[in-house]
Amino acid sequence: MTQSFTQGIWSDAIDVRDFIQKNYTPYTGDARFLVVKSPKTEKVWDKAKSLIEEEIEKGIIGIDTTVFSGINNYKPGYLSKEDEVIVGFQTDEPLKRIMNPYGGFRMLEASLEAYGYDICDDMSKDFQTYRKTHNEGVFDAYTTEMKTARSVGLLTGLPDAYGRGRIIGDYRRIALYGTDRLIAEKKKDYRALESRPATEQVIRLREELSMQIRALKEIAEMANSYGDDISKPATTAKEAIQYFYYGYLSAVKENNGAAMSLGRNTTFLDIYIERDLRAGLITEAEAQELIDQLVIKLRMVRHLRTPDYNTLFAGDPTWVTESIGGMGTDGRTLVTKTAFRFLHTLINLDPAPEPNMTVLWSRALPENFKRFCAKMSIDTGAIQYENDDLMRPIYGDDYGIACCVSPMRIGKDMQFFGARANLGKALLYSLNEGREELKRQKDGHPVAVLENIPALTTVDPDGRELLSYDEVMPAFKRVMDKLAGLYVNTMNTIHFMHDKYAYESGQMALHDSEVHRYIAFGIAGLSIVADSLSAIKYAKVRPVRDEHGIAVDFVIKGDFPAFGNDDDRVDTIATEVVTYFSEQLKKHETYRNSEQTLSVLTITSNVVYGKKTGATPDGRGKGEPFAPGANPMHGRDKLGALASLNSVSKLPFENVCQDGISNTFSIVPAALGRSEADRLTNLSGLLDGYFAKGAFHLNVNVMSRALLIDAMENPSKYPTLTIRVSGYAVHFNRLTREQKEEVIMRTFHERV
Amino acid sequence: MRTGKLHSIETMGLVDGPGIRTVFFLQGCPLKCQYCHNPDSQNFIGSNEITADDVVQIARRYREYYQATGGGVTFSGGEPLMQGAFLVEALAALKAEGISTCIDTSGYGQSHYYEEIFKLTDHLLVDIKHTRNDAHKVLTGKDMTGIRHFIKALQGFEGTVTIRHVMVPGSTDRQEIMAELLAMIEPIQKKVDKIDILPYHKAGVEKYSQLNLSYTFESVPEMSPERAAEFEMSVNEALQASKERATEMTVIEGNGYQLSA
Repeated sequence: MTQSFTQGIWSDAIDVRDFIQKNYTPYTGDARFLVVKSPKTEKVWDKAKSLIEEEIEKGIIGIDTTVFSGINNYKPGYLSKEDEVIVGFQTDEPLKRIMNPYGGFRMLEASLEAYGYDICDDMSKDFQTYRKTHNEGVFDAYTTEMKTARSVGLLTGLPDAYGRGRIIGDYRRIALYGTDRLIAEKKKDYRALESRPATEQVIRLREELSMQIRALKEIAEMANSYGDDISKPATTAKEAIQYFYYGYLSAVKENNGAAMSLGRNTTFLDIYIERDLRAGLITEAEAQELIDQLVIKLRMVRHLRTPDYNTLFAGDPTWVTESIGGMGTDGRTLVTKTAFRFLHTLINLDPAPEPNMTVLWSRALPENFKRFCAKMSIDTGAIQYENDDLMRPIYGDDYGIACCVSPMRIGKDMQFFGARANLGKALLYSLNEGREELKRQKDGHPVAVLENIPALTTVDPDGRELLSYDEVMPAFKRVMDKLAGLYVNTMNTIHFMHDKYAYESGQMALHDSEVHRYIAFGIAGLSIVADSLSAIKYAKVRPVRDEHGIAVDFVIKGDFPAFGNDDDRVDTIATEVVTYFSEQLKKHETYRNSEQTLSVLTITSNVVYGKKTGATPDGRGKGEPFAPGANPMHGRDKLGALASLNSVSKLPFENVCQDGISNTFSIVPAALGRSEADRLTNLSGLLDGYFAKGAFHLNVNVMSRALLIDAMENPSKYPTLTIRVSGYAVHFNRLTREQKEEVIMRTFHERV
Repeated sequence: MRTGKLHSIETMGLVDGPGIRTVFFLQGCPLKCQYCHNPDSQNFIGSNEITADDVVQIARRYREYYQATGGGVTFSGGEPLMQGAFLVEALAALKAEGISTCIDTSGYGQSHYYEEIFKLTDHLLVDIKHTRNDAHKVLTGKDMTGIRHFIKALQGFEGTVTIRHVMVPGSTDRQEIMAELLAMIEPIQKKVDKIDILPYHKAGVEKYSQLNLSYTFESVPEMSPERAAEFEMSVNEALQASKERATEMTVIEGNGYQLSA
């Protein structure tokens, strides 16, 4: 007999957190209970693995060219039906990709062309004749300035031609409530809106609720095609995991967002597993089997992308980010045995980039769990860590991370993703009267991007131009003022059109009807900007100008403090820049009253942004890569890793960089300590110390440069080598040569 | 306030004593080890200066890391014990802040400061280069008088000691050398928590050509880390056995009570 759940607020209203709090079992023990993969899992994983390896070699396994994306547009698909404990693929075959035309049709055509596929029959013509896309909508409403800022690479990676992603549906709701109940609640919300005046806001919400209700029905029909009735709540662990996965699966059938994250689920799922274990319905081997097989499915999520997209976000990432661990607001840990089981898939199924394992770190986490995480980092290099002690006071204890570093309350917050502004380029605009330093017009003149940026006038006693901090900093702020306005208005346009033409009805059905919206801006090139301003302030920097007056190079005399050395002289400049830019963003009106946040994150785009940016006053040459995320520039941190971590930890999170601050750290195993016990203590203590300093995020790579160089030369020797880049993990072999070289160039801590 | 001659700072020392440590490499060393990995730290003409105050200011920034791991500050070098007066000031200032202190030494320092330094130090890493006088002299330029004197002085030290030895293939990779090492440290073995056998490696030898120095160890092969680990295990087992025997003997000699578990 299974025990019934402890009832609470969750019984009468949709409240997954309350269900968790009333029913979960914290786990403070060690990892010895974990078991190897089951024979069934072994069979499924063997097949999956060889298919994934084939895909890495070929680039793609297949595309369904007969139908467009949708929650229930595909027949059921299987890999090894009799051995699959958890079922469901995006299309009728594993790794066969979906055509999603709603973000932009040209993007779809380019993807098909890149892989040599043709769309079926009249689908292309019909779609373009009868249906407008998000991309078309955006370009109907973009201003000239927006288009220019986009084409010169001042605003980059904007989700104006593909799905915005970064929305996390509360997929747990399907398992806990069943779709009938969820539909009934949405209907209730709709009825409450009927008495309200039909303003634009109310009309839109009613339309969205109707779409959400239809989506819930489609999710149920899709599950039905696999033989499951999800209209009612799950009654066993297997059902809970399967129903939950149908929720996520429907999201990645309907949408192709850059980051399609999973949420925070291990504590929730553990309640069902623990109950079945106690009732003797399943064994530990079966519990692990369920998690292993769920993770196999998550590793096989794919979206159809263009080669261009891959240069920004290399390695076919899907950001199936799962947030693990953390503490409850009542002081109990949210770590359960299933947190261990989930991380243990990195051993049972080999290390892999997805799902993007994100440990919510708190000093108060159980010591056993901390050491287990440290061990998994050292053995697999596949984990990122984010500061639960920093986020919990803001978001409570049922938030999760979307993409790499974006926190949001599950089912209550969503965000409008906004990629990033190239702040390195913006700094150059302040030296060049708002004109572009690289891109030229047809007549050879520099493209003018921002208006009314005055020319610099400071000269030295010899009459030669000298950059003065007191002049450049205000000019840069002026550029940031204008950039902020332009950026907010561009984002408003994009998300207005995305809601209109590519609304995520399935995911939004798994949110509260009155959802809180963030609008997430980002910056790239922070360390370049801080170092450049530091050089201008503490050394002597002269620009070398071309015939159009564009600063194309810089002559630097003297030393200057660089970001990454725990030196307040420059670290305060970095803080001033992000704080100022964030304040400017908050001055502008946003679409749907969304709340502005800012991230310091680049994914792998730091290489491309660098390529598109001229020489900078810190001595970085034209076209050279930026440091990733908030990382200090490699080679400039002279005092070792902790000084570098301290510099990054000073960047303010709350109210400033509240969409996350990414930092990536690489160390060779032997440098972590002489014995395994030392290595675990040191890595765990490193995280404790770093987060106690108020830092936000750390990617931990434990590997040697020599290994990466060998992997670059001999890819076949390392078919599944996984490394963490900025905010996600990737198969090393899927990076471009340039990206691989940039990763190898980064600082490795290797003192032994 | 005195100043110390500083070579460099490493804020993430993970192999320099217990826990996470901030390592201050002091400039200048009386030994000239043929395989020295920091030949640029050997001369005493250090260009950077640092005060005890500076040391504390820097160390404070990493207190969270020390607390999480039982770490602290380590003075290494060069040979930190050659800057005795500065070291005393810096150690005292750190102690006053409640920060754990460690010294990484070859035992060749200004011996009149030892007593004072030992009172202010929690942990010592003592690098024993060789167990044979002639070979020691060839390897380091100095005979063993200094290290023997230092081990004697260590009898007055109340903290813990980790012994380190860089094992060079064809020279010290022999059990008899290990036995001699144990015999050397026998008088202070009570304080010794472990012996680290560090395999000789060549990473960093490019410094020699950068400094226009010749690298006399060019033809010596690297030590296999696996073999070094085997030596490390057996020598530590022998150390533990020797410590246990010593405890037994003390009990028997003392009052004749049976050793109780």
